[in-house]
Amino acid sequence: MGNYVELFIKAVFVENLALSFFLGMCTFLAVSKRIQTAFGLGAAVIVVQLITVPTNTFLYHYVLEEGALAWAGLPDVDLSFLGLVTYIGVIAAMVQILEMVLDRYFPPLFHALGIYLPLITVNCAILGGTLFSVQRDYTMPESIVYGIGSGFGWALALVGLAGIREKLKYSDVPAGLQGLGITFIIVGLMSLGFMAFAGIQL
Amino acid sequence: MSSAAKRALLAPVVDDNPVTLHVLGICSALAVTTSLLPSLYMCLALTVVATLANTAVSAIRHILPTSIRIIVQMTIIASLVIVVDESLKAFAFETSRELSVFVGLIITNCIVLGRTESFASKNRVGLSFLDGIGNGLGYSVILILVASTRELLGAGTLLGYAILPTVADGGWYSPNGMMLLPPSAFFVIGLIIWAVRTWKAEQVEKPEFRIHEVHRTEAL
Repeated sequence: MGNYVELFIKAVFVENLALSFFLGMCTFLAVSKRIQTAFGLGAAVIVVQLITVPTNTFLYHYVLEEGALAWAGLPDVDLSFLGLVTYIGVIAAMVQILEMVLDRYFPPLFHALGIYLPLITVNCAILGGTLFSVQRDYTMPESIVYGIGSGFGWALALVGLAGIREKLKYSDVPAGLQGLGITFIIVGLMSLGFMAFAGIQL
Repeated sequence: MSSAAKRALLAPVVDDNPVTLHVLGICSALAVTTSLLPSLYMCLALTVVATLANTAVSAIRHILPTSIRIIVQMTIIASLVIVVDESLKAFAFETSRELSVFVGLIITNCIVLGRTESFASKNRVGLSFLDGIGNGLGYSVILILVASTRELLGAGTLLGYAILPTVADGGWYSPNGMMLLPPSAFFVIGLIIWAVRTWKAEQVEKPEFRIHEVHRTEAL
C-alpha cells in the first residue's frame, strides 16, 4: 500500500506532468483564464487519464510487447512498433465513448465538460501519461494509481494557474509581455515552487 | 517563387510563428531544450512530420469526408511519427533515449494537427508542402534559441564543446544550474516572446483591463 501512496504523491507533486514535464501545455495555457473552466477541464483530464493509462498499459503488456502474444500461441511476435498508433486510437475512442456515456447518463456533467472532452484527445498530457507508464514498466495497479495521480497533478497546476491569472487581469503588465509572455513567466515561477518537492524522500 | 509560396514558407518563421504567436507545440519546445543536440534532432523530426503530414492530407483533401477527417489526420500523423521514431532508434540511439517520450508526443503536437487542419485541408499540395517546412522552421528557430541559451548558460557548452570555460575545468564561468531545470525554459520563452513582441508591435495582446488614474472630479 505504501508504495502506491508514494507513487501518487510523486506523480502529483514531484513529477507534475504540466510543471516538470511540460505536457499538455497548449491547453494549459489556453484554458487557464477562468477558474471555473479550469475546474471542468481538470476533472475531465483526471477521468480520461484514469481510464486510458491502465487500458494502454494493459494493451502493451498483453498484446504489443515482445512475446506478449504468447497466450495466443505467438511467442515470437513483437508489435511494440505499433504502440503509438494504438495508444492514440484508444485515447480517441475512449474520449468518444466517455462523451456518449456522459451524454446518456450524466447530462449535467456532460454539459459542464462540453467542449473540453474532444480537446482532450490531442492533449499531450494524456498520451504522455500513457507513454511514461509503458516506458517505466508499471504494473496494472501501479498504472491505475499513476493515471489518477498524474491527472490530478495536471488539474491542480491548471486550477492554480487560472487562479493567478484571474488576479493578474488587474495588474499593469508591460505591453510586450501582456497575455502570453507574462503567463509563461508565471508558469515558470509556479514550476520553481514545485521544484521544492523534488528533494522529498518518501 | 510566387508570393503565395514565399508567404507559406517564410511567414511562420517570425510574423506568424507557431510557438510564440499561436501557442502551439509548446510542450516539446520546453522539454527537450536542456541541450542543443537533442533539440536539433527534435526540430528535424518535427519538420519532417509536419511537411509530410501536410502533403499527405492536402493530397487527399477532396476525397476525405469531413466527418472523419480528424481521425484520418491523426492516423497519418501517428504513422509518420512511428517511422521517424524507429529511424531515430536505428541511427541515433543515444539521442532517441534522451528524447524519450517526446518523439512520440509529436503526434499530439498541436503544430502538426493545427497545420493539417487549418492549412493543408484547404490548399494545394505544393503550398501545403512549403507551409509544413515553414512551420517546422518557425518551431526550430524558437527551439534552437531556447536550447542554445539554456546549454550555454547552464553548462557553458554548445553541442558538448566548451564555449565558456567553467570553474570546475579551471576557467572563469560558474554555470547557472537553474538553466538546466524546467522553470528556466518558461522564463526563456517568456523573454523571447517579450523580445519578439517589442520588435513586432502588432503581435501585442490587448489587456483586458486598463488601470488609469481617474481625476477626482470624474469620479464624482
